Amino acid sequence: MIAHADTIPPARHPLIAWILRWILTTNHKEIGTLYLCLSFAMFIVGGAMAMVFRLELAQPGLQFVGADFYNQMVTLHGLVMVFGAVMPAFVGLANWMVPLMIGAPDMALPRLNNFSFWILPFAFFMLLSSLFMQGGAPNFGWTLYAPLSTTYGPPSTDYLIFGVHLMGISSILGAINIIVTIFNLRAPGMTLMKMPLFVWTWLITAFLLIMVMPVLAGAVTMMLTDRHFGTSFFSAAGGGDPVMFQHVFWFFGHPEVYIMILPGFGVASQIIPTFARKKLFGYHSMVYATASIAILSFVVWGHHMFTTGMPLVAELFFMYMTMLIAVPTGVKVFNWVATMWRGSMTYETPMLFALGFVVMFTIGGFSGLMLAIAPVDFQYHDTFFVVAHLHYVLYPGAIFAMMGAVYYWLPKWTGNMYNEQLGKIHFWAAVIGLNMTFFPMHFVGLAGMPRRIVDYALPYADLNLFSSVGAGILGLTQFLFLYIVVDAVRGGTGKATGQVWDGAEGLEWTLPSPAPLHSFHKPPQVD
Amino acid sequence: MRVRHPIARALDGIGALTRLPVCFFRGLLCGLILVLPHSVLAQGWDMREGVTDLSQRIQTLHHVSLFICLAVGILVFGAMFYTIFAHRRSRHPVPANFHESTRVEVIWTLIPTLILIGMAVPATLMLREIEDNSDADVTILITGSQWKWHYQYVDTGIGYYSNLATPLEQINNEEEKGEHYLLEVDNPLVIPTGLKVRFLMSSDDVIHSWWVPDFAVKQDAIPGFINEAWTLVDVPGTYRGQCTELCGMNHAYMPVVVEVIPAEEFNTWIEDQRVAMELAGEAAVAARSRDWSMEELMPMGEAVYLQHCATCHQPDGSGQGITYPPQAGSPISTGPVDVHIDRVLNGVVDTEMQSWAPQLSDLDIAAVITYERNAFGNDMGDLVQPLTIFNSR
Amino acid sequence: MSGRRSDRQARLRKHTALLAVVAMGMFGFAFALVPLYNIFCEITGLNGKTSGQAATSVPVAATASQSASESIEREVTVQFISHVSRGMPWEFRPTESRLRVRLGEVTETTYYARNFASRIATGQAVPSVTPGYAARYLHKVECFCFTQQHLQPGEELDMPVYFYVGEDLPSDIGTLTLSYTMYPVSTDTKQSSVPAEEPPGAPPMDHSEHSVL
Repeated sequence: MIAHADTIPPARHPLIAWILRWILTTNHKEIGTLYLCLSFAMFIVGGAMAMVFRLELAQPGLQFVGADFYNQMVTLHGLVMVFGAVMPAFVGLANWMVPLMIGAPDMALPRLNNFSFWILPFAFFMLLSSLFMQGGAPNFGWTLYAPLSTTYGPPSTDYLIFGVHLMGISSILGAINIIVTIFNLRAPGMTLMKMPLFVWTWLITAFLLIMVMPVLAGAVTMMLTDRHFGTSFFSAAGGGDPVMFQHVFWFFGHPEVYIMILPGFGVASQIIPTFARKKLFGYHSMVYATASIAILSFVVWGHHMFTTGMPLVAELFFMYMTMLIAVPTGVKVFNWVATMWRGSMTYETPMLFALGFVVMFTIGGFSGLMLAIAPVDFQYHDTFFVVAHLHYVLYPGAIFAMMGAVYYWLPKWTGNMYNEQLGKIHFWAAVIGLNMTFFPMHFVGLAGMPRRIVDYALPYADLNLFSSVGAGILGLTQFLFLYIVVDAVRGGTGKATGQVWDGAEGLEWTLPSPAPLHSFHKPPQVD
Repeated sequence: MRVRHPIARALDGIGALTRLPVCFFRGLLCGLILVLPHSVLAQGWDMREGVTDLSQRIQTLHHVSLFICLAVGILVFGAMFYTIFAHRRSRHPVPANFHESTRVEVIWTLIPTLILIGMAVPATLMLREIEDNSDADVTILITGSQWKWHYQYVDTGIGYYSNLATPLEQINNEEEKGEHYLLEVDNPLVIPTGLKVRFLMSSDDVIHSWWVPDFAVKQDAIPGFINEAWTLVDVPGTYRGQCTELCGMNHAYMPVVVEVIPAEEFNTWIEDQRVAMELAGEAAVAARSRDWSMEELMPMGEAVYLQHCATCHQPDGSGQGITYPPQAGSPISTGPVDVHIDRVLNGVVDTEMQSWAPQLSDLDIAAVITYERNAFGNDMGDLVQPLTIFNSR
Repeated sequence: MSGRRSDRQARLRKHTALLAVVAMGMFGFAFALVPLYNIFCEITGLNGKTSGQAATSVPVAATASQSASESIEREVTVQFISHVSRGMPWEFRPTESRLRVRLGEVTETTYYARNFASRIATGQAVPSVTPGYAARYLHKVECFCFTQQHLQPGEELDMPVYFYVGEDLPSDIGTLTLSYTMYPVSTDTKQSSVPAEEPPGAPPMDHSEHSVL
């Protein structure tokens, strides 16, 4: 029998008991909450770093930070957002929702679950402590390109390497747990093809994690041995090749992009049918599309490297494969629109975020298709056009989906309704901030501004100022979001019913709100 | 008469289409855009057309793919915004019940596939042209190093470094920024019109990337390896670009400037360079044939230091952390002279400290070493002569 | 009931173990990518990585008479490039910047090297060829890049390369470029490269025995 943390003897001091409860908890809901809190904290940290470099970029010339510190901010912003904000947020969501959606009492491996969470704070402590080290934090971009990161990296690079190892272990353990849970703990009658789409997307994401996180671990291990143990995987002087680092990194890196987006697809596929009051259109093709995106993501990594001097054949292969990804992605977008078609829609905050996700993610998809065309990519590559593309994919794809999910399930988690009016203001402010920040980046990129530069030529000045103002707005909206969530936890605008949304379907809505700490001890029957 | 800003008009269009409550934010957005100077529109917001056949066709391909995306976008978003408007509960209280249609699914899998094939064909043809390895008329070896470019005309033996020419005062906002702020160099690359020029790319330290948007040439410079690219320009002029691969602290300060001159002037230019190299050689002989005094070397050394050393080691010699050690009281600047000379001439493997032997004259190196040993409180009293440097290399 | 529970526990353990093995396998795969990449490079000439070993067989057609007997006699240009790494006190350059060579014919060229430092310096040359996919047609019969080169203070040397270009060279290649980067070989490069770690005032370890000029 699993020892539950809430059975700790009450004789202790209440504060210690409370702390121990959260440290020792093996309950999927509590661990989910821990993940979500950590990821929001990291989101604020990574966002603060973005504020630093947007402030510096508001005008040409050096105003606030030096070039080296700017590079440190750029590097840590990427790493913290990818590994600290987006991934733990979705793992937290999976912890909360997967057992509820498949009718399981908990995750299959609860103690492992606790372990994989508690690795993370230490990983980020290691990563962020590098800011205070001699020589500064890593300053070579989140892509860690050798030899800038190996031969020329600051001493704190080793902390980054071990931090990445820890995050990798955490993600792999989390992914194993999710797969084992989905394969073994489904309620009787819930066949694979009856699972909610969010569960499906997470199942596929978990397989991606198990396949690629170890490859990243291998890449950073090679960095470590190159730095300290005399190997030369990535150094031409010893017979290695710096470009090989890029191949290994992007073999991880491209599936990683889908790790951050597929759960978002799942969230949108839950929210849109609820508020359209109509079943998801093309459930089967959605599942197949997700799977084919995941498989294709393994054979497109070369599109990040068109300018490294690839042979023509390789360039053509990666170009075709990348363009092919547009097909299943398109199918998903069309299916969402078809789900909405002739529904009976209302626009509560979760629905607004889901629609914002579909529209802006599609814009990111369009620029992605343009980037896939290799001859033109020579002009886009490593400019702000790429920055615009990746933020249009990831901000709506991951952050909007995540926030939509929080608004959607918050009443189930807390038992209280959030403030709908504030939620709508949050959405519109975020849309304005997001587009002001990232849309002009398309233009400065096309006009010729390279990415990751601390200072830029005069023609790009006006649009950069505009971006920076947008970034400020976007930054402020996060505090509005925090206020809305805290307010909902403390009572919000009233009690939520078990059903919460009249159009919602699924096992999680059969439970009362808030969902009791222990649910589905007796598995529900699904027909 | 006041012409309405095109973005304001575009926003009106979107607003009318969606009928979503964006009025307030639209006002805010328009207000922000209108306060921006109109010069914004004078600068292109589009990919540059450039001056080569390839760059112009790449721009066309960019436009084609952009318009295909716009067309698909208008269709998809049009349908979406229509349904958002028409199928809201107040107008459409009873939802329909359909949720599957194999026929529709097949259609919207096949049509995008066909569009993609249509896009892939011209892209494939163009890529084959870019990867053209036929003979070139001029070959130039481009070597990136932190944070400058070295250009070598392989067949004539002419080579020189190309450094950022923007003064530090402009970067630090102490002076007004010039027209070509950060896009100006001391010695631009010079190539002739009408001849095929092959660029060989390599690097001395980390990966750099050499980009001239107007030629649509962007190729990574990778240490220990060579890459190639080519161009053929018909229009004389000055073309500017930048390093596009993060290459360390001063990545932003590594511009590329190419001057394209008529082919008939190119040979004259090559001859001029030869003469200039000979003159520099004679000057070097003259410089090492006499002894220089401390009073002569110190100001010269300070100038060299500020131009080449100060971005890393700082103007006051205080350095920046452990990556860029301080000059003041350093074991090199206050240690044996020959070690100091070796360090400056040959650099340090696997660090940002470069070999200055190919970059600076004997006199410059002698002056800067003398300066480093007698400034920042390092009162060593040493005087390094150009002849000593000459004998060390 | 308990039988079903232990059944399920066994299944959970099996699945967990299986997935853990997959994860470890993928970690190994990351390292397997290194030899895979090298094989891939050799096949496609990705990045112009050329073999660090001598061509095992000299072509039969390496005599002028046989080539001349064939009506099609193709020549290509081979360009020679050099780089010297930081910390390498050498002058190092090709003695000829380009050669016209007949396909299949073994040709000799030399690189000039001079150590101008007052210390012994050892170097290792790393070759690279462009266009990348031409790398596998450029065969080096003998090359200074196969071994480390030691030069005494002030010593100079002409270092030979014997090579031939394979007759199956694709017809669209008119010029091949062969580049060598000369890297210093040292057992204690790390120690000697960070002056800040040395105690102030103490003579740097690796140079202490050399005389002042």
